[in-house]
Order: sequence, then structure tokens, then C-alpha cells
Amino acid sequence: MSYPSDRRYTKEHEWITADGTIGITDHAQDSLGDIVFVELPKVGTEIATAKPFGTVESVKAVSDLFAPVSGTVTSVNEDLATAPETVNKDAHGAWMVKIKVKDPSELNALLSAADYEKFVSEEAAH
Amino acid sequence: MTTKHITRKATRHISQNEGLIFEKSSPGKAAWKLPPLDVPDVDTATLLGRQERKDLGDMPEVSEIEIIRHFTRLSTWNYAIDLGMYPLGSCTMKYNPRVNEFVSRIEGLANGHPYQAEKISQGALRIMKTLSDCLLEITGMDAITLQPAAGAHGELTGMLMVRAYHESTGNARKKILIPDSAHGTNPATAATVGYAVENLKSNGRGMVDVAALAAQMNEDVAALMVTNPNTLGVFEQEIHKIAELMHAKGGLLYMDGANMNALVAKARPGDFGVDVMHLNLHKTFSTPHGGGGPGSGPVAVKKNLAPFLPAPVVTTKADGTLGFEYNRPQSVGRVRAFYGNFGMFIRALAYIFANGPDGLRQTTEDAVLNANYIRKGLEGVYDLPYSTPSMHEVVFSDKLQSKKGVKTMDIAKRLIDYGFHPYTTAFPLIVAGALMIEPTESEPKEELDLFIEAMKSIAEEVEEDPQFVLDAPHNTRISRLDETAAARKPVLRWKPENV
Repeated sequence: MSYPSDRRYTKEHEWITADGTIGITDHAQDSLGDIVFVELPKVGTEIATAKPFGTVESVKAVSDLFAPVSGTVTSVNEDLATAPETVNKDAHGAWMVKIKVKDPSELNALLSAADYEKFVSEEAAH
Repeated sequence: MTTKHITRKATRHISQNEGLIFEKSSPGKAAWKLPPLDVPDVDTATLLGRQERKDLGDMPEVSEIEIIRHFTRLSTWNYAIDLGMYPLGSCTMKYNPRVNEFVSRIEGLANGHPYQAEKISQGALRIMKTLSDCLLEITGMDAITLQPAAGAHGELTGMLMVRAYHESTGNARKKILIPDSAHGTNPATAATVGYAVENLKSNGRGMVDVAALAAQMNEDVAALMVTNPNTLGVFEQEIHKIAELMHAKGGLLYMDGANMNALVAKARPGDFGVDVMHLNLHKTFSTPHGGGGPGSGPVAVKKNLAPFLPAPVVTTKADGTLGFEYNRPQSVGRVRAFYGNFGMFIRALAYIFANGPDGLRQTTEDAVLNANYIRKGLEGVYDLPYSTPSMHEVVFSDKLQSKKGVKTMDIAKRLIDYGFHPYTTAFPLIVAGALMIEPTESEPKEELDLFIEAMKSIAEEVEEDPQFVLDAPHNTRISRLDETAAARKPVLRWKPENV
């Protein structure tokens, strides 16, 4: 799997672009299995770095979504409410929320595509 | 039988389709006939007023043979411990001895009522007192409540007591530490009681990382919730150090007793530093598990937590008789109507008495031996992510099979074809693609051998024809269900076709 280099990644398996679009990685959707429900915050919600802002439910488990950086939710992907399978089909295209990033320098602390790929392969080697 | 390999356990048999009993109904059919009225008729309308029902609503009208066949056919769709092994890890699906059922049906017990006076309930109270004493001896704790209805309810009760204890010192504290191998109910319980949950990483041996715990432990931490043995089936060998670390900073140690089947009559949580724990009578003590149970989740505590136990507690009065004590000002309150699931107390006590101390010890040893027999039998066939010695259950992963695209759930589905209930899939979460297997002491070597043979056979099928396993089960009444569609678009209500 190649991870797009136009964005940053977290060790909790989320991705975020420079303009504040957030989703989960292909590795995350693959580990979760068939996603059946995505619960997202309302527009205007403040989200904080490393704190949960929503949940993804698959047939196997319910997992928290962790904010890669702090910010305010400006837009929510409503389509996921009726078509959560989009995340399985195209994790890097199926965004979850867009936020106004509070401090853009926070993005620099996140993983690059190459670093994330390395992190995932090390985790799998365990 | 659709199988690439011969299995000695299951064979093909006819399983009849059966609709809902409402679909069989036709007006006028009945399976009953009442004798003529031989007492004065009463005017129900006057007696009941607006509460009187003019008809029974939509009740199915069927003949006796239809009722018998309906439920008999449905019963053949079941899998039960009475048919074979039920290796659901972390669930301790042991045999429920028939003597338990016999004892619980003794007339005076079966017809007892929770409202009957204490002086004519001495037998029932004696059962509760004796069971309490036995469980305290087994756990090494000081005081106990039998009220909680099952395990998670026990956790909630225990954590309410943790909170009440800290509040009594003037500081409820803020968070609960929970290892990443924990049962999902643990963080849910902590959050329900109003605590923040902080994750504790396991070390490479699958145990609590004591150094990490020392770093994370501070005076904001109310308690650590630990399962021992943990969900990897691994005994927390440094549990005494963990307890010391918690106590040094004023924290408490909660033990989830779900895996107590590996410890009974061998090691006592009270002796290794546990302050509060729950037991699952429906796991460790052979009362019915699944199918509605009901469960029973007693909570045992050390002396310092005893004032917070739910009221009432069974007590010996000055005149030597037993009674309920309600005057407990620091109690977290009642957590269950009446006194708990009393029918389960009888069964658990019957089990404890039937075994005795040596029998319980043998039970524990056999449970551990059986798990290790399976581990040895399947080592190399399935990946073993942690090599630490196993207690009463063993956790493999689907790492080898997933190279062919076959995952733990697929192997579990195929296992049904071989005549076994599936093991626990995809848990604990710290093992990717987990196969969690707990045979319990109930299984004879012959059944374990059949299970090992089935699992080896499936591993061979994965190598030869992975698609065949992906499409399993093949021999069941209905084949693979679309669980995803069921979750995404659930149909929750049956409606008659012609309405």
C-alpha cells in the first residue's frame, strides 16, 4: 500500500491534509474490517490534539477517532451516515471532517507518508 | 459432508426449515381445552374496569403437534455444551452439572419468595451466607455482596465502591488505568462511574509493563483495573509489585475475575494485593452462561471497602439467626431488586460443595492442562504471538493463514462445519486477528483431540483452497450471513406479509 504524500499521518492511523481535512488510513480501514457506522461531531465543535472526536464502528469493534491536531470543525462528510462502506473502498478519499487548524505548526510534528508506512510495518512485525 | 478432509466429529444430517410460530397460525386452531367452570363466575369488567382486556391480541393459534414440532425443530438449530466443546475464550463455557439443576428445584428453594419473613427464610439466608463464606475463602477477600446480576454489573458495583472510598477521603480522584489487554467492559465501567480512562501498554511478554505503570501512577489515579490471568491467558507474574505501586500512591487495585477459573484453590487475589474484584458465577462456578443465564456477579472487597457494599448484606444477628442488614450509611446503595439472582447462588454452592477444596484445585489444574494441550497441539500450525506460558486459555493469531487471505473469522466459520462452536475471534485487541481458545476443564482428551484435528485440517484447507474456507460454513442450515449488511441496514421487526 502506498500512502499519499500530500498529507500527514498519526500513530492512531488518521490522516490530515494541510487544509485540515481528516480521515482514517487504508491500514486502519483494513484492520477494522467492514465499517458499519461513523459518528462525527457537529460543525463548530472544538477538537483537541490526541483527544477523541468521533467513533468508527465496524463489525468487529468500535474505535475512537483521535484528532491529529487541534481545531474547529468547519464541515462534516454527511455521506458517511448512509454509506459508511465508502471508507473501506477508498479510505484516503473518504474524508470525515474538515477543520480550521488552530496552529499549523502542529502539523509538522505528525508523520510523513514514508514514516507512517515504516510505523505500520513495525507494528505488524510485533 | 462438504469437507476436503475427514472429520470424526460431525456428519451431515437433516435440519428442517421452520418459520415463525405466527406464520403457522390459523383461526380456531387450539392446543388446549378447558374443563367446565366449577366455581362461581366473576364479572371481570367490574373487577378490573379499564384494565380488562377483551381479547388476547395477536396470539398464534396452532395445534399441539405444531407447537411441539416448532420448538423441537428450532432446538435442532442450537449448538450447546451438551453437544460439544464451546471454546469461547474468556467466557469459560464449562459444563453446567445436572446436580445444580436438581438442587435448585428442591421445593422449598424453588418456591421461596423474597418477601417471605426472615424467620422462615433461614435456609435461603444460610445458602447466601455459606456461599459468601466459600467465595471469601476462595478469593482471600474480607467482605462480599451477591447482588450484581452479572460480570459488567459487578464491575460497575465494584467501581462505585472505589469511587465512594476515595470520596470518603475527600478526593474522588480523576482517572482509572486500564491495560490494553483488558475486557472492553473495563473502560466502559470506569467511564460510567465518571472516571477518565488511561491506557496502559503491555510489555513484550503480554503483561502489564511495571515500569510504565510506575511512570503513569500518581495521586490522580483512583484505581488500576486488571484481569488476572489477563485476556492473553497470561498470569501477571508481578501482580504483587503492581499492587504495591498502586497502594504507595493511595490507589486501589481492581481485579476483573472473569478468568478466575485459572486460579481457584491455587492462588488468592486477596493475597496478592487486590482490593476489590468481581466473580462470574456463570463462568467459574458452573451456573448457566448464555441463553439469558441469568448471570451472577458477586463483588468481594477488602475490609477498608466493606462499609461501601450495597445494602442489604446478610448478617448473623445476636440470637444466632441470619437476617439482612439495611442500616449501612456509607453504602453505594442497592444495585439489584431483592438480593440478586438467588437461583444461581444455589447452583454455585452446589458446585463448590460437590467439588470440595481438592476438587476445585483439580478443576483449575485440568482447565490449565487442557488449554496447554491445545496450545501444544496447534503450535506451528497457527501463529502464537506471545510465548509466555498459558494458563486456562491460549491466544493464537491468523498471521500464517492471512497470507492466503483467510482471517480468524473465516476459520471460525469453517470450524462450525467440523461440529464445534467457534472460538472467540478478533479479541484481545492487542493481537491482530486473534483466535482465543478456552476449552475449560470439562473437556475430555478425546474432544480436545477432535478439536485439534479440526483446526489442523482447516489450516491445510487454507493452504490447498483458501476460497473454500472463505465461503464457509458449508454444512449449516444457512450459509455465511452478511453481517455487514445486517449492521448497516438492520431489520428489527417482523411484520406479517398480508397486513
